[in-house]
Amino acid sequence: MFEKLFSADTLSEAWQVISTQFPLAVWETVYVTVLASFFAVVIGLPLGVLLVTGEKGGVLPLPSWLMHLLNVVINLLRSVPFLILMVLVFPLTRLIVGKVVGTAASVVPLVIAGFPFIARLAESSIREINPNIIEMAQSMGASPFQIIVKVMIPESVPSLLSNLTIAVTTILGYSAMSGVIGGGGLGKIAMNYGYFRYKYLIMIAAVVLLIILVQIIQSAGTRAAVRTDKRLKNKQ
Amino acid sequence: MIEIENLTKTYHTSDGAVEALKNVSLKIEDCDIFGIIGMSGAGKSTLVRCINMLERPDSGSVRIDGCDMCALSQKELRRARRSITMIFQGFNLLMQRNCLANVCFPLELEGMKRADARRRAYELLETVGLADKAGAYPSQLSGGQQQRVAIARALATSPKVLLCDEATSALDPTTTNSVLELIRDINRKFGITVIIITHQMSVVESVCRHVAILDGGEVAETGEVAEVFAHPKTAAARRLVFPENDGELVVVKSAGERFIRVVFNGANATGTPLIARMAVERGIEASIAYASTKSIGDKAYGSMLLGICGGDEKVRGAIEYLQKMPDIFAQEVSLNV
Repeated sequence: MFEKLFSADTLSEAWQVISTQFPLAVWETVYVTVLASFFAVVIGLPLGVLLVTGEKGGVLPLPSWLMHLLNVVINLLRSVPFLILMVLVFPLTRLIVGKVVGTAASVVPLVIAGFPFIARLAESSIREINPNIIEMAQSMGASPFQIIVKVMIPESVPSLLSNLTIAVTTILGYSAMSGVIGGGGLGKIAMNYGYFRYKYLIMIAAVVLLIILVQIIQSAGTRAAVRTDKRLKNKQ
Repeated sequence: MIEIENLTKTYHTSDGAVEALKNVSLKIEDCDIFGIIGMSGAGKSTLVRCINMLERPDSGSVRIDGCDMCALSQKELRRARRSITMIFQGFNLLMQRNCLANVCFPLELEGMKRADARRRAYELLETVGLADKAGAYPSQLSGGQQQRVAIARALATSPKVLLCDEATSALDPTTTNSVLELIRDINRKFGITVIIITHQMSVVESVCRHVAILDGGEVAETGEVAEVFAHPKTAAARRLVFPENDGELVVVKSAGERFIRVVFNGANATGTPLIARMAVERGIEASIAYASTKSIGDKAYGSMLLGICGGDEKVRGAIEYLQKMPDIFAQEVSLNV
């Protein structure tokens, strides 16, 4: 296979595919990842906060059966392999998007897979906060809502950002997998050309682009986390 | 006035029940600086947290200006807490906010307009001498400066009561003194009742007017600072006054000998032979019955017990001589308990 890999024919064919299909594929991958991450955060972050505040002795204790249910649901969703989860949520996808294949449809399973992950990451970020700071806010007469909005979330922003970066890169990885159910993007190209048609060069190019995307997201996320952290600033 | 009556609090841990407070009753007058001193585990922190209901007592009552704190609803309690603010051993500043925004925090909770809050916060930073640090983040400040910001924050809502939970325990002696000085100024200037929780005798001696000694969850002694420390009646009090001897101070007392307790609170005493000088200048001979002092930089901290023979005149002369020295505190103590 390798002697054919870099022949003039395969190279020109690969270039043909890369130049015509890759821009759209990259765009689709980015678009799906961003959209899915956004909804996953919208659902996952509040759940993560609730996992901490709802505990017995927390800022906003919730009934223990509810906390139990929340934990079980999150663990359950986290333990289903993404490939199977995609198929399992078909009915929900059809309900929301109207169809079960395509780029837009792949956002639904990504959100379902992403939000429990983000909830757990947010939970661990918020648990890092010094409990004495929460006590301080309570001693100043802060309500549970004020503690969440003015203390817990702002104080854990750097940690939330670095955890969010992990989540986004994971969702990007999952989005490539959604090529199986016809979700667009680099994953689909890698599947279609590399798996079904043995065009390894194109598959490698798609994988390289995915790696570059992950690198960009990771370094941007780390930079943002460090820059927002006021604890690390040196004395001026 | 703060009236604490028969306060009891028991924690249930896996090792069994721990009685943190047993029938504690105290009365704290308005504008007082009241010290609550005790060894660690004596229940000090629990007691102070029962005042603003961060901990709910099992029984007993806390009344502040006649208002029963235990009976308040969550919402009323949150409002009441704005007039009973607190500073902490670990400062507990919001690390992601700058100093000005930290002081604004309690004002934001009240819903004060942003511009008004910032103006008030700036004034308060001026009060604590840190107006130039308004834009700095807590991590850029020293411990003493952080505690000053925390004090400014605690003053933002114009409280009636300031609770200080081991507020100076994490600070070095010089910074401790300047923070205590600030607390004393605030007490004088704004007429705020200050309750100081500490395990350090020097803190109580330098700022408090009244003191309660807490031991094993019970109030062992309470009264004016000078009175309680001069005539420690209980073992718990003696343990604090003479720490190294475990309260069982054995002093070989010669006939007619009387004792003076000398406290060095950052006195410029190193290099000055204080006792020898007293003998030369005043003709008062003192023997050292007990001493536990240490020098930090060129300042002395700790206490000493001097035995003096020769009756009233000599004893009074010695106290007068020692009291004249800056940062030295002397008083007669009765050892025959």
